Amino acid sequence: MVQSLDRSQGREGGSAGGVAAGPTDTHGTFTGNRALQIEEPLIFEMGQPGRCGVDLPEPPKVKDRFNGLRRSGEVGLPGLSEPQVVQHYTRLSQKNYAIDMGVYPLGSCTMKHNPRINEKVARLPGIGDLHPLQPVSTVQGALELIDRLAHWLKTLTGMPAVAMSPAAGAHGEMCGMMAIAAALEAKGERAQRRIVLAPESAHGTNPATAAALGFTVKPIPANDRGRVDLAALKAALGPDVAAIMLTNPNTCGLFESEIVEISKAVHAVGAYFYCDGANFNAIVGRVRPGDLGVDCMHINLHKTFSTPHGGGGPGAGPVVLSAALAPYAPYPWIVKQGDKWTVAEDGGALKSLGVEGTPLGRLKAFHGQMGMFTRALAYIMSHGADGLKQVAEDAVLSANYVMAALGDTMSPAFEGPCMHEALFDDRFLKGTGVSTLDFAKAMIDEGYHPMTMYFPLVVHGAMLIEPTESVAKEDLDQFIGALRSLTARAKTGTAAEAFKAAPLYSPRRRLDETLAARKPILRWKPSNNPPDDPMKQAAE
Amino acid sequence: MRYLPLTEVDRREMLGVIGAKSIDELFRDVPASAVLGGKIAGLPDHQGELEVERAFQAYAAKNLSPGSVPFFIGGGAYRHHVPATVDYMIQRGEFLTSYTPYQPEITQGTLQYLFEFQTQITLLTGMEVANASMYDGSTGTSEAVLMANRVTRRHKALISGGLHPQYRSIIETTAKWEGFKAAVTAVDAGGLEDLIAQVDKETSCVVVQNPSFFGHVRDFTKLAEACHAAGALLIVVVTEVVSLGLLKPPGEMGADIVVCEGQSIGNGLGFGGPYVGLFATRDKYMRQMPGRLVGETVDADGKRGFVLTLSTREQHIRREKATSNICTNAGLCALAFTVHLTLLGEAGFRRLAEINHAKASELADRVSAIPGVKLLNDSFFNEFTVRLPKPAAPVVEALAAKRILGGLPVSRLLPDDPSVENLLLLAATETATEEGMGPLVAALKEVL
Repeated sequence: MVQSLDRSQGREGGSAGGVAAGPTDTHGTFTGNRALQIEEPLIFEMGQPGRCGVDLPEPPKVKDRFNGLRRSGEVGLPGLSEPQVVQHYTRLSQKNYAIDMGVYPLGSCTMKHNPRINEKVARLPGIGDLHPLQPVSTVQGALELIDRLAHWLKTLTGMPAVAMSPAAGAHGEMCGMMAIAAALEAKGERAQRRIVLAPESAHGTNPATAAALGFTVKPIPANDRGRVDLAALKAALGPDVAAIMLTNPNTCGLFESEIVEISKAVHAVGAYFYCDGANFNAIVGRVRPGDLGVDCMHINLHKTFSTPHGGGGPGAGPVVLSAALAPYAPYPWIVKQGDKWTVAEDGGALKSLGVEGTPLGRLKAFHGQMGMFTRALAYIMSHGADGLKQVAEDAVLSANYVMAALGDTMSPAFEGPCMHEALFDDRFLKGTGVSTLDFAKAMIDEGYHPMTMYFPLVVHGAMLIEPTESVAKEDLDQFIGALRSLTARAKTGTAAEAFKAAPLYSPRRRLDETLAARKPILRWKPSNNPPDDPMKQAAE
Repeated sequence: MRYLPLTEVDRREMLGVIGAKSIDELFRDVPASAVLGGKIAGLPDHQGELEVERAFQAYAAKNLSPGSVPFFIGGGAYRHHVPATVDYMIQRGEFLTSYTPYQPEITQGTLQYLFEFQTQITLLTGMEVANASMYDGSTGTSEAVLMANRVTRRHKALISGGLHPQYRSIIETTAKWEGFKAAVTAVDAGGLEDLIAQVDKETSCVVVQNPSFFGHVRDFTKLAEACHAAGALLIVVVTEVVSLGLLKPPGEMGADIVVCEGQSIGNGLGFGGPYVGLFATRDKYMRQMPGRLVGETVDADGKRGFVLTLSTREQHIRREKATSNICTNAGLCALAFTVHLTLLGEAGFRRLAEINHAKASELADRVSAIPGVKLLNDSFFNEFTVRLPKPAAPVVEALAAKRILGGLPVSRLLPDDPSVENLLLLAATETATEEGMGPLVAALKEVL
């Protein structure tokens, strides 16, 4: 019998926690590969001493000038040649699903097309290679670029100011809530206003942010239309409330139709309205949050303005601020004086520029996620005011189309119309033995990334589908066809086992997440692999 | 519009299926007071790719590109050569346009490189466990302090005067709004501070930087011992991660948390971001870490695979009880980091560090030989501080006027401290050449 050279066999373990093994390799290969699906070892299992992927000159001999604090042993990095490195990461890339491959309907995440011109301009010499602390006189174009993006963000939201430095949406939330705390402190009300209201359907970041700042989070229930229960909200409002954190359009994909009443009620008790702008893409160019009474809102540039999600970042989360909160925007402030741009990085600089303000402090080194600013501005300029409005309309149209085309066979969580995402619950799977998770995993075999599952929490077995504006109608139709086919199969009542075995055709089948959490292995060690490694046996 | 696939015919058909007469019907939940007639005023319409590219070339032309001039600025961001392979790899659409690996069956690429990345970080820092990255070194440092507060249940962080001034400001901002004490010591340009005497029973952590903002290289073993004796944690910050190719790693000095700015490996200067924060700690503190973690497991066929794990620390599960509100990492910057470090390998990484030190040594000798210029460092890696006979900021401006980016005047970041007015921070990496150093030294002689 020929021994398989499968180097990927790592931890021992049977079938993944309760997951049916199902039909698998009936026809094994010598390599363990399956055509384009190539098994790939870790870099630490490939390296050889004496190999290197760079050619660096012999360093001139100098006397060490670091107090004798030389690293004693090896770092332990593997040595690979450049072609090996290229093959390794290329093979890894082929184990990923991506927007570039097809429909990626991950609700709340806005997986829209990422134009490549944005990548090109972000890398231009004179933009991509600037040092953040070069003399300000040598970066006038960069500061102008940031200000131009700021102008677009302020105009699109109808807000007077924007803090550009937050590094991501959650960081923007922190910035906005700190600005609210600063405004309360200035009014002498910070000690008294300890409560932040957040709907039960809120992103987890909202309560996490408020709690980090010492606020007590009080959940507000939703009504049967998937919106904030206005009566419950009004009952919760009082002189002890600092703010409400509300996503609009909300995480159920619905516009908060009573938002003006909500903001009026919040302001009437002296509290602030933090809007989570994660879903701004549904209304950009059509509705200005400033017209809804919002005090501050972060904008996820990687969602609405298409900077690449990059496998989980980097993002950028500028925060637009009302006149009441603008003075508290964190450093740095970019200010134009005459025809010169300058950066105020401390109170003295603001004063000497004659700018009023009492910034809440600093949230990040340097000036923010410039690389994301560049890409977002390129996206915005490419679309223009007309194109951005069309973006919102096509995103909403596509989501409603999915909702309408699946509404008779899947179970929409709420009555329409929805905004940019269609929310279903798992009622249509009742009695089939198929769960939301199983349904999602079966979508993988159909060639799709599943929708967001089990979020928002207010809907049982939630499936949140966000097609975005980037999908052609014929591709939407195929996607709809695939979901109808899966739904029909589930409803036969005899397919539960097949669903639980899914996915069958992906680079890996269902993974044992319980094992990963129970016995965490968070780094490679020589003793981890391969299983017959004598070092491992010695360690056990 | 080139990015929008729906045609007018498609839109009409789709509205028909929905049963709506117009798109406006779908927006009917928007209150009448917020409905805009037409598009938002004061903004231009869409443009072609050529026009967009020209607009950005115009912005770029108003800046002085470091690649075109003698360049010696550091201060927490360093100019290094990034191999072409790195940028090619991170622009593969399968990496660039994927998201957080929520569905591990079809995101093993991202998960495996993050697992490899985590391993590399533990090796570099000499620590036991690392996460899948933070926004950057500066925000990561603040998260480390919060973590130390959680671990020790104390609320006083002692901040070294050698920590990057902006990192210090971020900790102070966090302290003010999240409610703990940041005890900030005097600015330590000379590298002479001794923090041991200030560690007490209320101290949750001591935050030091190595090499310090001013370039000094120190052994913190004794400080670590003092911290542990007092029940506090030692946080070591590294803003120039290439130094770890040559210097004793913080883990060997007894650090409890190590935070690095990873920009130097794989990531360009980019005017300050996005960068990548490296975050490592001891196994015993694993469950108090912020950020994403990737772990090894098996799939239904028993094959090795990777998943996001220990997510019960995180906001989407724990909500107001989470260890942090962070929900992303710096995925693509972490990829750039790990690809570059894999190309370097053991031999390349160590040699890169040696070259950096040699270049900086040469620059230090040549600059400090200029009459009136005094080198402050008895030790450094690739960055050091000199005292000029006059204020540094106008000198740097005068150099810029000669198209030389000749270092960072410390007063840029510490404007209120008169003791640093004449201090200039200079960095030299493998990118420094005689064609750069010669003109810098000549120009400095001229303007001083």
